[in-house]
Amino acid sequence: MPNLLGFLAFTLIPVLASLGLSFFAWDLFTPPKFMGLHNFAALLKDHEFWYYAFNTLFLMLGIPVNILGSLLLAIVMNQKLRGIVVFRTIYFMPSIVAGVGTYLLWRWLYNPDYGLINTIITNWFPGWLNNWIRNLVGEWPPTWLTSITWAKPALMFMTFWTVVGGYNMILYLAALQGVSPELYEAADIDGASARQKFWAITWPLVSPTTFFILTMSLIGGLQGGFEQAFVMTRGGPAGATTTISYYIYNQAFAWNHMGYAAAMAWALFAAVFGVTLVNWRLGGRIVHY
Amino acid sequence: MKDEAKLKRTAKKTATYLLLGFVGLFMLLPFLWMLSTSVKPADDVFASSDSPVKALVPREVHLQNYGKVYEATQVMGGGFARWYVNSVIVAVVVTLGQVMTSACAAYAFARLKFPGRDKLFLGYLGTMMIPGAVTMIPNFILMRKITQWLATAAPLVNWDAARVVSLFGRTYEIGPLVGLDSYFALIVPAMFSAYGTFMLRQFFMSIPRDLEEAATIDGCGLFRIFATIILPLSKPALATLTIFTFMGNWQSFYWPLIMVTQDSMKTLPLGLLSFMGLYSTQWDLLMAGSLMMILPMIIVFIIGQKWFVSGIQLGALKG
Repeated sequence: MPNLLGFLAFTLIPVLASLGLSFFAWDLFTPPKFMGLHNFAALLKDHEFWYYAFNTLFLMLGIPVNILGSLLLAIVMNQKLRGIVVFRTIYFMPSIVAGVGTYLLWRWLYNPDYGLINTIITNWFPGWLNNWIRNLVGEWPPTWLTSITWAKPALMFMTFWTVVGGYNMILYLAALQGVSPELYEAADIDGASARQKFWAITWPLVSPTTFFILTMSLIGGLQGGFEQAFVMTRGGPAGATTTISYYIYNQAFAWNHMGYAAAMAWALFAAVFGVTLVNWRLGGRIVHY
Repeated sequence: MKDEAKLKRTAKKTATYLLLGFVGLFMLLPFLWMLSTSVKPADDVFASSDSPVKALVPREVHLQNYGKVYEATQVMGGGFARWYVNSVIVAVVVTLGQVMTSACAAYAFARLKFPGRDKLFLGYLGTMMIPGAVTMIPNFILMRKITQWLATAAPLVNWDAARVVSLFGRTYEIGPLVGLDSYFALIVPAMFSAYGTFMLRQFFMSIPRDLEEAATIDGCGLFRIFATIILPLSKPALATLTIFTFMGNWQSFYWPLIMVTQDSMKTLPLGLLSFMGLYSTQWDLLMAGSLMMILPMIIVFIIGQKWFVSGIQLGALKG
């Protein structure tokens, strides 16, 4: 069983090794020094760590919006219409190619002077609207990725574009196709409005899918944000887009603080584990099967 | 009455199409901008901020930008062509490896009876929740130190030396056998996947056992059953996993980033990033390079769409 050996060698043993490592200080050049729980204690007092944890949670605020967007899109798509496959293909495209290529693309889209987004805002948005937003938020059109205020929303918007038509929408589509049309017909006879039908039929019946998607998104969100920040902002400006996973990268692979990074990785694991547990607990009560 | 209902239906249909089209435009616009930037003459890239239409429709089509990407990067350890080859090698070998090892392990979990099987499988699943960084740190240390350790264990081989191959009268550096900057480091640790094992196990479980029982009575061994019954029946699942894994590895970034320091061993995402470091304002070339990188994924996706959609549903069925 080569898979088992590989699994042992590159997953199980490293997991244990990094747990062990988290009790040491090691820069790879001098021999490792045993520190006991010092790394974990230092973590609690590390202001940067808490700021980056805040950033990570802030970026996760986009998750409900993304999920809702996928559901609405799936509802619109769940009709027998010609050419629906073409739309599905187009919607799916961003999530397929997501990676360094699209991060570069969005970096260019967000270019304050020549990017398409600000070009559209300055030329196509009516003047009164731009003035109104400017009065409201101060900086408009913003410099996006180089602005402390706008860098996070910019990344969240990019993520929305990436995921809204992707895996989650396909899952919702499958779930919707499992909902019996008779339920809607019965509701029509009772004179239910579209909104009532959504909350009384669609939402409860797709709740297992929502629950699955939410769980996966939370797990992904807690661990996420490294690649995009590395390519687009280098974690800046002033650390505004550095997430925990980026901080772990810096500690481990830029600054050679192997022990501290391992401790942080384990703290992150604990958070992921905790969220999953809570989710399962709550999920049993809220989800309708 | 009938006409009214029909009118209502048509109106609803039109509204739906309008909405779908609007969303489609939102999804496509960035790609159109990528394409248009990639064929613009260098001077035009920064000369169109006064009109979105001008920004999206190039005045002239300069396809030579694509050639320029190749030329401009050539000094960087072989450049774009080399990165492309590296990406193909890594993605193809990792994909084949993952699918093969996953299939074997999945078969064991689905059919063989051995003590602790279900606990071990739970352990497999559990690792899917572990952040990548947890395992990456020790794996990085392993790859970094492995040449030193091997030098003590097997001093006859020069583990540190970068190897060279000759092909068609030219020589190419292919890095050391193991350790940082080697193909081994890029490929082997990425070859084992809990996700693939899980997905294939679910599929194997759904295959009825009757066929295998009949084969056993005919005196077939486990490996023959696996190779002649299970694998052919699982073609759709295998195809799905192959496409998924290839897509996932074509743009893999984090692990190659910490494994590679030399330009000649970079994969496409890393190469593009260092290209950006040198040509940070040459957006025409950067977009041409990015487009060439994502093109294979778009093609594979469009061809394999059918398997993709079914695969997503298969992977999520565990609930």
